[in-house]
Formats: sequence, structure tokens, C-alpha cells
Amino acid sequence: MKARVLIRPKQGILDPQGQTVERALPALGFDGIKNVHVGRLVELEVEDASQLESLCEKLLANTLIEDFEIQLDES
Amino acid sequence: MATRIGVVRFPGSCDEQDALDACALVGDAEILWHGSRDLGGVDAVVVPGGFSYGDYLRPGAIARFSPVMEAVAEFAREGGPVLGICNGFQVLCEAGLLPGALLANNGLRFLCRQVDIIVERPNTPWTAACDAGERLSIPVKHMSGRWFADDDTVARLEAEGQVAFRYAPGQNPNGSVADIAGVSSPEGNVVGLMPHPEHAVDAITGSADGLKLFSSILKEREGVGTAS
Repeated sequence: MKARVLIRPKQGILDPQGQTVERALPALGFDGIKNVHVGRLVELEVEDASQLESLCEKLLANTLIEDFEIQLDES
Repeated sequence: MATRIGVVRFPGSCDEQDALDACALVGDAEILWHGSRDLGGVDAVVVPGGFSYGDYLRPGAIARFSPVMEAVAEFAREGGPVLGICNGFQVLCEAGLLPGALLANNGLRFLCRQVDIIVERPNTPWTAACDAGERLSIPVKHMSGRWFADDDTVARLEAEGQVAFRYAPGQNPNGSVADIAGVSSPEGNVVGLMPHPEHAVDAITGSADGLKLFSSILKEREGVGTAS
């Protein structure tokens, strides 16, 4: 089964990457965009999707500073 | 008998030679290979700086699962002195041996400069040769040095005296919470910091203040010797 794990900085933690992207947008003519945050996407194939939660907690995300979201491609 | 200090070498370590040289000024220094679970009976362990396992995923995230880190974690639990420097600090935080996590510098730039840090906790095996409030001139060189923990954790660490080093006022280079440059375990045997004491052990480089962290190990062991 294919899965995607989205990892993003926890709310309230300074995200200078997101801020820098956000600040660059008006110069490119993109207006009205805010709350930009930059995270990571991990794509993987897994036989037993029940492992994913613990995989994320142990390795893919550092839950002190990051939130993660697992998306399964059931097809 | 000379104090034996082991310096871990991961694939991607780059400061282990300077760490070895610094340790050799105070005792016998040897490399601990990342793939080995055997610490060879050393008296203290230094986890040095660099880019362990390419720093892929997050700095320190992969290195913490290496065989040597299992042994280092057990050594630390038994009270053995462990010092993490820069990437080594990131590894110890990822391994849960030290509180908090290291994020990208708030300026998003790689920083390389001399900073002053203040010794906040002199009662650890790595700071025993320092006085409380002593100012040390030591370089930083990092991309992800912004130490972070949530407010409750910071308050607890402050209350329990686990903050080991703080950047001198106005010198916080990376946006670390509460100017914290280094923290320690509750017992104090595990210490980690972003600045590089091993690069400041000879006056020819501008400062030899970093040597105090390594000579602290001797003082600590002498103390243990006289007590027993």
C-alpha cells in the first residue's frame, strides 16, 4: 500500500522558512496569501499500515517540534 | 591511570579529530566506531560535531539509532559522563538523553563565529573546572542550532538547574529559547551544547576557554577518587 506522511512544524513554533517564502510572494505579484508553512513529505510503500504511527513517532517526525499526518492510498 | 575518553565517529562526522586532540590534552583519547556496541571501557564519551548520516531527515535523527548510541545511552543511564557538541548535541536530544530539540537558525543561515557563553551549571563532570557565571569564548558553527522546548519544559529546566550554558546577553546567534546554548540531564552527567569547545583549546585559535570542559573531567574524577 502506498502512503504519504506529511510533516509540518508545530503551530506556534517560529517557522523562518515559511515566513521567508511568504515575504517573497508580493514581489512576485501573489497577493492575499498568508500563514505559509514549509514541511516535508515522505512517500513510502508499506505492507502493514498499522506500523506507520509508530514509525512517525520514532523516526519520521520529532513530535516535540513537528506534527505529522498519515495519508493512505487505498487503491 | 590516565582518564580514557572515547570520541564517537559516525559517517559524516567532521569534528572528531579536533575532539580527539582536545581530549588528548587531558587524558587518553580514542575513536568509538558508530557500528560497534562496545565502548571498550572508556571513562567518558564525546559525541562530536559534523553531519552524521548526512543529517538526512533531521540533524541527528538517523544517528541516534546507530549501534554505538545504544551503548552510549546505557552508559549515560549508568551515570557515565557524555558530552554532545553541536551535531552530537542534536543526536543526544533526538535520542531523548537531553531535553528539547534543535531547529534551523532563525536567520536560516549557516553561522560561524566566536561567541561568549555563560556557565550556568558548574556541577557537572563537563563543567566542574568552571565557576558559576563564568564567561567562555567559544566558536559556534551550525545551521540548526536554535534550541527549542515548550514553555513548561523550559520552566522546569530552569527551576531544576538543568540549563548548562547560556549565550551572553545580546549574543544569541540563532534564536534559541531563553538564550540557552547547552542543557544537561537531571543528574548532570549528560551535557550538550551547540558551541564547539574542542575548537577553542589553544590560544593560537584566539581562545583556549573550551579546554575547561575537557579538564573538568579530570577534576570530577579526582573528586570521585578522594571521596571513595
